[in-house]
Amino acid sequence: MDAFVQLTVAGLADGAILALAALGFVIVYKASGVINFAQGHFLLIGAYILLAAIVDWGLHWSLAVLVAVGAAVALGVVVERLVLRPLVGQPVISVIMVTIGLTYILLGVVLIAWGATPRAFPAFIPSDTVSVVGAEIGENRLWAIGLVVVALVGFGLFFQRSRQGIAMRAVADDQQAALAMGISVRRVFALAWVLAGVSAVGAGLLLANLTSVSLDLASFGLLVFPVVILGGLDSVLGAVVGGAVIGLLRQYSGFYLDRELADVQIGGIAENGIAGTAELVPYVALVLILLVKPYGLFGQRRIERV
Amino acid sequence: MSSITTGVYSRSYRRDFALRRTWLEYARLALALAVVALAPFALSAYWLEVSTQIGIAAIGAIGLNLLVGYTGQISLGQAGFLAVGAFTAGLTTIHTGLPALAGVGLAAVVGATVGAFFGLPALRLKGLYLAIATLASQVIITWAIIHLSVLGAAAPLAILEPTSVFGWTIDGKREWYWVIAGVATVSAVLATNLFRTGIGRAFVAIRDQDIAAEAIGVNVAGYKILAFALSSAFAGVAGALTAYRDTFLTWESFTFEVSILYLAMIIVGGLGSVSGAVYGAIFIIGLQAVLQDASGRLEGSVPFLQQNLPGIQLIIFGLTIVLFLIFEPKGLARIWQRMKDYLRLWPFRY
Repeated sequence: MDAFVQLTVAGLADGAILALAALGFVIVYKASGVINFAQGHFLLIGAYILLAAIVDWGLHWSLAVLVAVGAAVALGVVVERLVLRPLVGQPVISVIMVTIGLTYILLGVVLIAWGATPRAFPAFIPSDTVSVVGAEIGENRLWAIGLVVVALVGFGLFFQRSRQGIAMRAVADDQQAALAMGISVRRVFALAWVLAGVSAVGAGLLLANLTSVSLDLASFGLLVFPVVILGGLDSVLGAVVGGAVIGLLRQYSGFYLDRELADVQIGGIAENGIAGTAELVPYVALVLILLVKPYGLFGQRRIERV
Repeated sequence: MSSITTGVYSRSYRRDFALRRTWLEYARLALALAVVALAPFALSAYWLEVSTQIGIAAIGAIGLNLLVGYTGQISLGQAGFLAVGAFTAGLTTIHTGLPALAGVGLAAVVGATVGAFFGLPALRLKGLYLAIATLASQVIITWAIIHLSVLGAAAPLAILEPTSVFGWTIDGKREWYWVIAGVATVSAVLATNLFRTGIGRAFVAIRDQDIAAEAIGVNVAGYKILAFALSSAFAGVAGALTAYRDTFLTWESFTFEVSILYLAMIIVGGLGSVSGAVYGAIFIIGLQAVLQDASGRLEGSVPFLQQNLPGIQLIIFGLTIVLFLIFEPKGLARIWQRMKDYLRLWPFRY
């Protein structure tokens, strides 16, 4: 029971962070139809800038967050203006590839600026353990869940209430109609990339706080794909649900499934038991769900005409 | 196409369908083959090694282009299928002692089967959803190699016996280069000819508009699976060659980054073009080799550059891909075509 509560909280915390990163991904996809492979590397850059601002420049953490958000905004605008805009109207695969090219550039920048050694993230979020239903739980995980909920509510209000948010929804719904209503589609695209950058900084902060600041953060970003596909590429709700499902699946399978399979011996194939199912399970779940629901759980079904 | 300004006119459909239609094109082909065959005598050991890698990459890239460029199914898992081929060949040789030729054949068959299996989602998925489903195949295959003891479980498998074909032992870098260049050439010829048949035309029809293709009687489901199988068969052969040449197998040669590298090859080279896949393999592997070589030369002279070399390599590589996509989305094949046109029409503009 203790283990179950711990795993659930850990899974929800992972899931919350994934949901935040996935949200940025979904916003870009909804607004401009671009699959952003660099989302994980946005997260990486965000975490490193925070680290640099707090440790190397000695800023207070609140200022450091502002600096990181500012950097994310700048990155979003530059990427949209210089890289994505020239590719409007090109085939999907070119757009995918250009964001992959971007990941190499961002990774190179991080390597040159900060090197490859993992560094500890300055602890400004309390990390004592608290007791929940008898289970010891790291407070930082609860903080992660709480902060993501706040961020999601913030994004929700932005889309429901603000002028810019409504303009973004209009563009996502029908680009030509939005243009006819006088909405600047270009500005909406830029804004989508800015929001992607900002959500990645948030996810980077929380993730680095739970682990450490290293290049591995980017590979965590790859998990955004099962999340968004599970929920449906163009569904904000899907990103949240998908994040929670993948986060929980990883924790549960890493504990229960590994424990069950540890003694399994298949002669000649797996002699020492099977481990590490946490990496495998999200993708198996992804394939299975796609076979039943090709547009994810909440994705919009597209009707194609010739 | 033509190499004389008034055009080339044929008197039979056979001639009209021929791959090379003028003596100039034959001459160019002969020249290219001669250069490929004689290259080992001119290249240093380092560049011979690079050329061999280019040969293997070209086979894999031709396979991937079949799937992505011609059939329009984006795949992010080519390295997984390379791994399937490599490990099939490796296990065959280690456990059964069958000759290398059987290993390569088996690698192609198993590669095709696994490819067809992971292509099944393509029946219901399209575009981006499919791309990410293929990412799952990559993750699942890599996971299997790391965690199943039969596949080495993260410790490299070693092939101890030297590889021989019909009693001829392939040893030495030159011999390997010739073998791989030969297989790459055969692959290119096979792929080019495939697109002169009904199968190839069905692939292109599915790429251009799958619903319309279905309406005119193309079996879309069957051909999609066939495309995955054929593409993975090429990957299987490339993987098997890697296994026999390197004599050891580890999952690290078949990561997601390698899949991306293959995708970069066909995009930089030119989607939907066999020669494009080859140009792309030359360009991407060559670029990495040049960057590597430059790092050796800089030894000690420019400390900043030398310290940050891995980072700089990544940035140059990323920039190349981004700039290519922005300025020439149709790739090297298109640039080559433009150069040929320019020379053909010279001194006139058009």
